[in-house]
Amino acid sequence: MANSAVSIQGLRVRRGDRVVLRDVSCEIAPGTVTGLLGPSGCGKTTLLRSIVGVQLVEAGTVTVLGRPAGSRELRRKLGYATQNPAIYPDLTVAEALRYFAAVLRAPKSDVDRVIAEVDLTDHADALIGRLSGGQRGRANLAVALLGEPELLVLDEPTVGLDPVLRDELWGLFGRLAAHGTTLLVSSHVMDEAARCGQLLLMREGRLLAHDEPGGLLRRTGTPDLEQAFLRLIREGALL
Amino acid sequence: MSVPVTLATNRRILTQLRHDPRTVVLMLVMPTLLMVLLRYVFNSAAQFSAIAPALLGIFPFTIMFLITSVTTLRERTSATLERLMTLPIAKPDLVFGYALAFGLIAVAQVAIAALVSVTWLGLDVASSVWLLLLVAVLDALLGTALGLFVSAFARTEFQAIQFMPVIVLPQFLLCGLLQPRDEMGWLLSWISDVLPLSYAVDALNHVTHSAELDGTLVRNMAVVAGSALLALLLGAATLRRRTP
Repeated sequence: MANSAVSIQGLRVRRGDRVVLRDVSCEIAPGTVTGLLGPSGCGKTTLLRSIVGVQLVEAGTVTVLGRPAGSRELRRKLGYATQNPAIYPDLTVAEALRYFAAVLRAPKSDVDRVIAEVDLTDHADALIGRLSGGQRGRANLAVALLGEPELLVLDEPTVGLDPVLRDELWGLFGRLAAHGTTLLVSSHVMDEAARCGQLLLMREGRLLAHDEPGGLLRRTGTPDLEQAFLRLIREGALL
Repeated sequence: MSVPVTLATNRRILTQLRHDPRTVVLMLVMPTLLMVLLRYVFNSAAQFSAIAPALLGIFPFTIMFLITSVTTLRERTSATLERLMTLPIAKPDLVFGYALAFGLIAVAQVAIAALVSVTWLGLDVASSVWLLLLVAVLDALLGTALGLFVSAFARTEFQAIQFMPVIVLPQFLLCGLLQPRDEMGWLLSWISDVLPLSYAVDALNHVTHSAELDGTLVRNMAVVAGSALLALLLGAATLRRRTP
């Protein structure tokens, strides 16, 4: 598909002597929220790293916004938040964001905007190292939102957040997608899957399914996504 | 490369240091305290003046090497480097941002140590104090650049610290401070010729003992500056956008 935001063909990644991704292919439509789900260790982070272009790939192609993953032109169009906060603990939230905004050549006003979007305005001048785990995670997410990227790749952005904040962030993801941003969000919490437009289910380095939440329920004949996922795993790959 | 991004990186690193006043104080006063200690170990201005120029280069060189290797390693091992590699920053922007930030610290560090040595401890400088400062700052920059480079070969801060005896101490033994370089055996003399600290110490001795600005001094300073630049470029080359 030429108009996909992300297009992956036959992706294979080996880390050490272990094959982490085997023959993964998928297309992600622009302006959607796609949830990437699967048990921990199934290759979610490696897939996300391949899309942002920091993963050494053994075989296959990854095309992002029409260009090979990792291209220089993509570095301003892509926001990436790693699972472990990649943000300087010895800076305040505002100082760290000002640095990343300067690297992205994003306008200075962006810093206040993203701080408000992740609800950290009251902690803008607090040292990141002194924030709680959930606040640090949100500061990490705020960096990815700088410069209004066309594609947001978020690795477990809601881990450790209380239900209210988690709900607010999923509201934010929905609004961003409505404005045309493509989001790829990994999670292992099944109740978040229902808030995604599309779901990618992974297990042991393979894609088990790529469908809408409703489609998955219909296909598996199960009442909820958790059971749908369990059934897919038990029946093996039926993509 | 982008000058604004290099300057933003420099500012970011200095801001990080500002939040760590203990490290800043240690960096600024440690070489000076060591010089004072040295002066009273000898208890003679003449003996102190003979050895002080070399140590005015070696102390900042060692301290900057340690600090830079650990700080840079922290960036490499935390996920921030991976995040930066997805952003529009050139590798030299990052490396020169570090070099600039620690270079500024080195200027302050060396200025305090040199000022105290000349005004209080009785160090005689035959040429200008400014020239002495310039050479000592070059030495500290060399330490910074080597620290940046070796951080690529360490996986943990524990390993990074162990590069000090590997990189710094042999240069210290062979730089001509303990034994004139031309009186060493041919092998050691040859090794001493390829180690950059030897040229740094030669330059410092020259500046303090002679008022003449000759070709040898310029060559020695060029060797130190060139080695620092080379180490920085090699350091930039060790950064990888894609990792296994």
